[in-house]
Amino acid sequence: MAAPAKSANSATVNHPEAPTVPSSAQNLTIGKALNLGLRKAMEDDDKVLILGEDVGKLGGVFRITDGLQKDFGEDRVLDTPLAESGIVGTAVGLAVRGFRPVCEIQFEGFIFPGFDQINSQLAKLHYRTQGEVKVPVVIRVPYGGGIGAVEHHSESPESLFAHLPGLKVVSCANPVDAYWMIQQAITSDDPILFFEPKRLYHSGALKAPVDTAATPERLHASRVVRQGTAATLVCYGPTVQVCLDAATAAANEGMELEVIDLRSMSPLDLAPVFDSVRRTGRLIAVSEAPSESSITSEIVARVQQDCFYSLEAPVLRVTGFDTPYPPAKLEEHYLPDLDRVLHAVDRAMDW
Amino acid sequence: MSSPEQWAQPDQGADAAATAGQPSAEQVIAGLRATTEGGADLIQLLTPEGERVASPIFDPYVADVDNESLRELYRDLVIVRRADREANAMQRQGQLGIWVPLLGQEAAQIGSGRALRPKDMAFPSYREHGVGYARGVDFKELLGIFRCSDQGQWDFAKHRFHPYTIVIGNQVLNACGYAMGQKFEGKVGNQENDGDNEATICYFGDGATSQGDVHEGFVWAAVYDAPLVFFCQNNQWAISEPTERQSRLPLYQRARGYGFPGMRVDGNDVLGCLAVTRWALDACRNGNGPVLIEAFTYRMDAHTTTDDPTRYRLSDELEAWKLKDPIERVRVHLTRNGGADADFFAEVDKAADDFAAELRDFCFNMPDPPPERIFSNVYAEPSPVLDAQREEFLSYLDGFATAGGER
Repeated sequence: MAAPAKSANSATVNHPEAPTVPSSAQNLTIGKALNLGLRKAMEDDDKVLILGEDVGKLGGVFRITDGLQKDFGEDRVLDTPLAESGIVGTAVGLAVRGFRPVCEIQFEGFIFPGFDQINSQLAKLHYRTQGEVKVPVVIRVPYGGGIGAVEHHSESPESLFAHLPGLKVVSCANPVDAYWMIQQAITSDDPILFFEPKRLYHSGALKAPVDTAATPERLHASRVVRQGTAATLVCYGPTVQVCLDAATAAANEGMELEVIDLRSMSPLDLAPVFDSVRRTGRLIAVSEAPSESSITSEIVARVQQDCFYSLEAPVLRVTGFDTPYPPAKLEEHYLPDLDRVLHAVDRAMDW
Repeated sequence: MSSPEQWAQPDQGADAAATAGQPSAEQVIAGLRATTEGGADLIQLLTPEGERVASPIFDPYVADVDNESLRELYRDLVIVRRADREANAMQRQGQLGIWVPLLGQEAAQIGSGRALRPKDMAFPSYREHGVGYARGVDFKELLGIFRCSDQGQWDFAKHRFHPYTIVIGNQVLNACGYAMGQKFEGKVGNQENDGDNEATICYFGDGATSQGDVHEGFVWAAVYDAPLVFFCQNNQWAISEPTERQSRLPLYQRARGYGFPGMRVDGNDVLGCLAVTRWALDACRNGNGPVLIEAFTYRMDAHTTTDDPTRYRLSDELEAWKLKDPIERVRVHLTRNGGADADFFAEVDKAADDFAAELRDFCFNMPDPPPERIFSNVYAEPSPVLDAQREEFLSYLDGFATAGGER
């Protein structure tokens, strides 16, 4: 169920010397909220390091690490050689040494040289050693399409990582979550793939006040972001806004849709989804990723198991197609949008 | 004989007479250089015949090795070989699922392993039982991996001996990150207090040098001046593939391209391996790392107990290498210079047999892990999903026990 942010009563450490993390609320984009979250995490723990390509002077190609090298130094914000296996592999070694590395992968399509290290070491060291070796590494991955880019810059590979035992996979969809979730991921003792919806980084429409003194939601909790009765939309990352827009449009026609932001793709927190489906009887899972063997596949399987007698229609999916990401001139067809979501809602209602 | 350096970078202006002794292009492409011993470049302090060779550079690094120390090194070598043979036999008897023999590589592992200080860190591949022994890991604790009852359960932090890494080359980057951490923590280059300084050593084989992770490790260690000793045991074979399938160039010469020292040591010479590794670790602790050491040795047994080397190599190669045995040369040296007598050698043999018997007894009595072990420690934080899977599965298993009880 929805768990709104509580009022400020947490023991948040105050850093009067911090240049840009005031305790009061302000209007932030997702990108700026991530930047402030990273800054706060680095202030709170000097074992937190940032590793990535162009994360130093440039501040990252999306400017998410803007200003951090200037304030924390080149030994804490590392412009690395152009080698993703190296970024992940050395982060593992740094974590074994006691650091908490935060890796930036420039675009999701470039993560695969690091896939071996992610799968073979990062995800398995804790299990291999039965907890003797902890690897608290965060890998930040800008993902998703809609930016008119060339190949390898618009994909949604999160399901590949959610399939790996030992890893956790999360995604933020608004500035408040961006600020808190990145800090929670960094303080977690488990390795976490942190997927960031790149086309929303600098969205002015999503700007929101962030109460930096609030008590945040649990990291691995899904959340009802809009309540409704007719059908349930479940989504994460870049499709949350698509679903909210669809729900607004449906409401204009008198149909109230419930929208659930998964936030965590591994582990999945499906209890709120089950609760919702038991009330609405209809579920549409929405994701930019190809549908086959994906996060949405898992949702379908688990919902039919737990909500079998509550379903008024099969669980439907609105996703990218089972193709490589197309040339960007075609991406408006490929990406789930408001119309495709509402079309699926209509099919579910007419079943 | 012309040096491999010249072969790699032929002098365009050289006249015909100067190049006459050089190998043909075909020979170069065949990579013959990669498997030659390195000639004058090979560092050796103890010959296969047990003769001590003077080395102005490296002698100071083993100046403390008197007969007593050499006897202890000999003991290490014999015990590690005996334990290796026992484990190999236990695999043949079905007590281990697989064994990865180190036969022939004892000197490379003991020499380098004994060069480490307690604060130094070691990242092994999966054949480094001798290094583990030198780091104080109980040899019994290495068996669980090969009995397939655990995946490595020694005290990693205490021994500073990382879990075995089976994916070829992965550990090189992990070691590099660890070494970077040592540097970031100021554990490198402390002039006043060398005792505060630390270094990391990383083990891999000739086959691993083809892996991208090893290349990336070389690049990263170089650009961050990481205190990392790359210790490559070139045992000539990556399962069935000879070193010339991995490189045209002698492996130690690759270091030059990355901008740090590379050297080739006789990997069957425990004294040479000790000296060279001490030199390299010192360089790293002083802030001059990284260093690549190629220990030129030979895998005298199969890749693992599942392998059959008779399919791909000739026995006369093995016979030739037996003449360069890492243990025999120490025995000859100690005998010849009066450093040990027959009683000592008999006592070491007895100690090795006792060690093996203890290993055997432990292995035969090693319990299987309980089924719930499948679900434990996948994550550091609690996992309700896995808790539920575990309970469901244990309940399913209980169903059999109940059914059996009723019959």
